[in-house]
Amino acid sequence: MNSFWIILFHTYLNKLKSKSFIITTIITVVIVLALTNINTIIGLFDKNGEKDQVAVLDETHQLYEPFKQQVNTINKDIKLTLYKGNEKEAEKAVEKGDIKGIIQLRFNKEKLPEATYKAMSIADSALHTDLQTSLQQVKTMLAASQIHLEPAQLKKLYEPVSFEKFALEKNAKTEEELNQARGLVYVLLFIIYFAVIMYANMIAMEVATEKSSRVMEILISSVSPIKQMFAKILGIGLLSLTQLAAFLLVGYFSLTRNMESLKEGFFGVYGFGDIPLATIVYAVIFFILGYFLYATLAAFLGSLVSRIEDVQQMITPMTMMVVAGFMIAMFGLGKPDAVFITVTSYIPFFTPMIMFLRVGMLTIPAWEALLGIAILVATITVLAIFGARVYRGGVLMYGKSNSFKDIKKALQLTKNE
Amino acid sequence: MVLKLEHVTKRFGKFTAVDDLSLTIPEKEIFGFLGANGAGKTTTFRMILGLLDTNGGRITWDGQAIDYSTSHLVGYLPEERGLYPKLKVRDQIIYLARLRGMQKNEALIELKSWLERFKISEYENKKVEELSKGNQQKIQFIAAVVHKPKLLILDEAFSGLDPVNVEMLKEAVLALKENGATIVFSSHRMEHVEEMCEHLCILHKGSPVVHGSLKEIKREFGKKNLVIHADFSLDSLRNYPGVVKTKTTMEGIHLQIEGEYIAEKILKEIVGKGFIRKFALEEPSLNDIFIEKVGNSYE
Repeated sequence: MNSFWIILFHTYLNKLKSKSFIITTIITVVIVLALTNINTIIGLFDKNGEKDQVAVLDETHQLYEPFKQQVNTINKDIKLTLYKGNEKEAEKAVEKGDIKGIIQLRFNKEKLPEATYKAMSIADSALHTDLQTSLQQVKTMLAASQIHLEPAQLKKLYEPVSFEKFALEKNAKTEEELNQARGLVYVLLFIIYFAVIMYANMIAMEVATEKSSRVMEILISSVSPIKQMFAKILGIGLLSLTQLAAFLLVGYFSLTRNMESLKEGFFGVYGFGDIPLATIVYAVIFFILGYFLYATLAAFLGSLVSRIEDVQQMITPMTMMVVAGFMIAMFGLGKPDAVFITVTSYIPFFTPMIMFLRVGMLTIPAWEALLGIAILVATITVLAIFGARVYRGGVLMYGKSNSFKDIKKALQLTKNE
Repeated sequence: MVLKLEHVTKRFGKFTAVDDLSLTIPEKEIFGFLGANGAGKTTTFRMILGLLDTNGGRITWDGQAIDYSTSHLVGYLPEERGLYPKLKVRDQIIYLARLRGMQKNEALIELKSWLERFKISEYENKKVEELSKGNQQKIQFIAAVVHKPKLLILDEAFSGLDPVNVEMLKEAVLALKENGATIVFSSHRMEHVEEMCEHLCILHKGSPVVHGSLKEIKREFGKKNLVIHADFSLDSLRNYPGVVKTKTTMEGIHLQIEGEYIAEKILKEIVGKGFIRKFALEEPSLNDIFIEKVGNSYE
């Protein structure tokens, strides 16, 4: 087998078998499972689906029925019962835990309803807010009937106004589509961001470990440093794809299994129901290109340090660049057509995240995305050629080295004259 | 298959590390490569291996340049030891051997025989960081020779080893030579070089100050050592014409003299003065030559 493939698979398998890799993968898979099953989990802790029992002390003897109707339309999980005993007994029942709370209904001077709600704790704001809203509606109805409004008139009064939004640009995304895209882009941006930081770090550490343990000298006498560098970048790249594939598979199966229950919550708003294929394809392209860009950078930065302790210091500027790109992208989520976003999407170090954001959120001409990809590929090529030369000299340099002057020194080492 | 260095020069910026070095290293021999710290030995090795480009001159082996296409024929034990600390001995050696073009099975057989030879078979599945320094050194040596190289470069092969282990490795190096490997051997221990090398070179500030076969070098050096143990005072010999250096010991005196004829004169001088326990004329040691050649230019 060619030495390139030997290094590639050695790097890949070694990392794959390492404890830290297995643990991070398992933890992330658990998080993905938890997120996609969030409704089931919440239900599990919610007293096994029991309804909240609230006792009603109706002093008016008229409000109970309309109130109950309103509560039922707002939240089916609240069970109201008309309490026959007096207030003291009801309070005792709350203390014993038989019922969640009591609500006293009465009329004020203007013959309009008011209420007092008592419970052991009022931390469960969803419950008393629902009760309050229901009572508000009862009050509105009563007030309306007091000024003799017909129910039909009343209905008209409360009808929601029709407000439709249209984008004039052809193919522009509708409101619903935009929300959908925002959710998806948000998640994918996070994945790109974390993956780039994590794997670029891994490469820099890997190179620095080989250098600080001095095994590098044997390695470079067997295989050319350039071959090693690219074998390593591809090996870790393969590792990252393996890990991502594991997350996506688990996430996808878990999502499709729980689709029904999730449609109503967060996932409904951001509609992961039908994911546009183009967005996923662009995400993969920009993920891979972004990885190569930062991996190449990390490899040659890693080759400049002699001690593992210096790695973090060396790659901090690079990490900052990734963070900056991510921050701009987060800003861009709310305003993807800003000029600032358009400009930064052509700066190669930001392109993977910001161009992807634009592709995912806006309808931009294909050439713009392709131009971004072309800029990225060109930058990666230049960085790879330059990085390989630095790497070749850098791996032979020892001593106190944590400044960027060393790049010059490393280049000098590889020069003939 | 002769290793030839012709007018090799290496500069780092303004500093000249190796200056117009020409060497011929004969086949199937152990060649001693000596020099003080910073004389340019490691730089020369790195140029031979193709890790550094030369600023001038040519390095050829069997008439061809050494590059990555010949890396399966070359073995290298660097002065700065280094292995993957977290990797098991077995995985480590197999990985490094495969990078030198060896098959996995072949490498495993070879590894086992070396481990047996060094009496450390039980460490095959241990991580390198768990081994003692001496044993790590042996693993490092195995990593350099496991693929049966034709050209072997040993930079300070025996440093940091106890005498028993030094003997063990020395035998291994000699056995490799018998099997037809050309070995370039650097050491600060002159007695090792004297024992093992037929030809040698002493490098000083990037250029060779001594180069040739061990016998010739000693003959050309001319000076001899004279050891005298006697019951009477030998202090008068200190200023005897022809005596270069003196060193008083518990039992007598060590003299460095310009030639054999001085010894004859001294013998005549001291005969009859008292009982002479020892009067011995010795060849100069490599140590003496090294100190004279390298030490002189320090001044």
